[in-house]
Amino acid sequence: MNIIVCIKQVPDTTEVKIDPVTNTLIRQGVPSIVNPFDKNALETALQLKEQHGGKVTVLSMGPAQAKEALKECLSMGADEAVLVSDRAFGGADTLATSYTLAAAVRKLGHFDLIICGKQAIDGDTAQVGPEMAEHLGIAQLTYVCKLEVNGSTVRAQREHEECHEVVEGQFPMVVTVVKTINEPRYSSCKGVLRALRSNIQTLTAQDLAVDETKLGLKGSPTQVRKIFSPSKRTDGVKIQKATARESVSELMQKLADAKIV
Amino acid sequence: MQFELSEENKMIQKLARQVAETYIAPSVQERDEEERFDRALFDKVASYGFQGIHYQDQYGGSGGDYLSYIIATEEIARVDVSLCIAIGGGGLGGFPIHSYGTEEQKQKYLRPLVEGTALGGFALTEPGAGSDASAQQTTAVLEGDQWVINGSKCFISNYADIYLVIAVTDRSKGLKGLSCFIVEKDTPGFTMGKKEHKMGLRSAVTTEIILQDVRVPKANLLGKEGEAFKYCMQTLDVGRIGCAAQALGIAQAALEHSIKYAKERCQFGKPIAANQGVSFMLADMATKVEAARLLTYQAAWLKQNGRPYGKQAAMAKKFTTDIAMEVTTDAVQIFGGYGYSREYPVEKLMRDAKVHQIFEGTNQIQRIVIAGNLLK
Repeated sequence: MNIIVCIKQVPDTTEVKIDPVTNTLIRQGVPSIVNPFDKNALETALQLKEQHGGKVTVLSMGPAQAKEALKECLSMGADEAVLVSDRAFGGADTLATSYTLAAAVRKLGHFDLIICGKQAIDGDTAQVGPEMAEHLGIAQLTYVCKLEVNGSTVRAQREHEECHEVVEGQFPMVVTVVKTINEPRYSSCKGVLRALRSNIQTLTAQDLAVDETKLGLKGSPTQVRKIFSPSKRTDGVKIQKATARESVSELMQKLADAKIV
Repeated sequence: MQFELSEENKMIQKLARQVAETYIAPSVQERDEEERFDRALFDKVASYGFQGIHYQDQYGGSGGDYLSYIIATEEIARVDVSLCIAIGGGGLGGFPIHSYGTEEQKQKYLRPLVEGTALGGFALTEPGAGSDASAQQTTAVLEGDQWVINGSKCFISNYADIYLVIAVTDRSKGLKGLSCFIVEKDTPGFTMGKKEHKMGLRSAVTTEIILQDVRVPKANLLGKEGEAFKYCMQTLDVGRIGCAAQALGIAQAALEHSIKYAKERCQFGKPIAANQGVSFMLADMATKVEAARLLTYQAAWLKQNGRPYGKQAAMAKKFTTDIAMEVTTDAVQIFGGYGYSREYPVEKLMRDAKVHQIFEGTNQIQRIVIAGNLLK
């Protein structure tokens, strides 16, 4: 089974602070990590490889620095790593990113499954995986919390807010996974040393069969105008009268005053 | 001069921290209270390969730097030095087998130690032979194609699977009459004696070992007959860097706990860190920890680059273990009454730090080693 796992290097948002003056993220000095959901995707791929054999390739688009993230994936057990990196890709929104990644996937050749995390913790769009499936013209199963493969049939449980949906599909397809699917493994000392000895293949725009107008900032229909942090919600009010009836009537009064009812 | 850790060092550091915080940290206090060594936990941590980072692939290692091993030791000790003793046991037992063993001995005994499927022990100390290793009473006599070992050892770390036992093979030759043997724990006549109840390192096992007509094959003599003292001294030289790394991890933990607590604990309407008396203590603690780290890493760097490192190893051991005692004592002071309570982590760090000034050659012995290097 040939599995491609798409990963993104993101700032560790637990350590990101917002500049109170400019209202932008202070990224300086903030460590970069592999997007946590992508680690779930990699773990899913590694488990499938352990069960069925095959190869796991990790793929990322980003600056040269993203090699660090790819090395971490190699140290966890991925067989190969490919970085798609070029100035021409800079400023890409999800459409241009998914277009570029899909071109890289075509370049890599045969695959059975592409597994992505459901979304990246910095952009939170959850669009790149599904868009890749569209560019490649293959099926997609999103928000997967359980995945089984039998031959070329994929059986997945999709996590919705109020139910789980069980669906089946055939190779090749794109699967995006949620956090509950597994607990990503740590690497090992052997894995770290193996990763450091591995070569990471780099693909540039020239290596890919792409329409240059669809790359980077030029190929991005969405542009970021402003980034701001939402205003903090004030504390709630607890209504606790002597009886439930009194509490309810107080609540109704407050709702009426706020013109909600 | 470069003061940047390599990519490998950083990745191992991150891995060791993750593993230590995820698997070791949750039960630290409980295991300390119960004086319980958890073999399953050791197996789990050892499966990541920290004990064998610096050994070659052919012996089950990762082929990494010695400094990576030292950094992993520091990280594990930062969370629980008792477990670190078991991880380091592979080093104390592994180093002499790797350095002086035959290929067959390496495959049979070094590989499991490096892979972490076996625990190693180093049995040198005897009730009458502590700092003076020459006063050994344990004997080994060759009978046919077997060595017969008799004697007892004390303060031996770990319920190990593979021990290196030092014994007298020719008393007339003094230090040159000592030899080293590989002994498996299940060999008839080999028994564990009294378990020590200690001030610190409570979840690391320290026992007496009794050898009564223990017979090992001739092939279990390590290296050459009569050379064990040299092997021991070289093993202890390396061990000192590991010992310094352990003390460094303890000191680092004490410093981190102290900074956090000093910022949170309010008295007289402000955090105690706002008092210069406290903040200056933190500044001194941090300076000591940094200096100790440089000395320890330098010793590791010298070793991994094939340079003489005995003096630096002794300096790192002496200095780091001394400052670990000071820093942990200051941490208890900063925590005040809570520092003295077992509910908070710093009193354990102080208890754990103390033995580092004593074992692997007391800090008085380290001064002899350092002075010897200066005056030769």
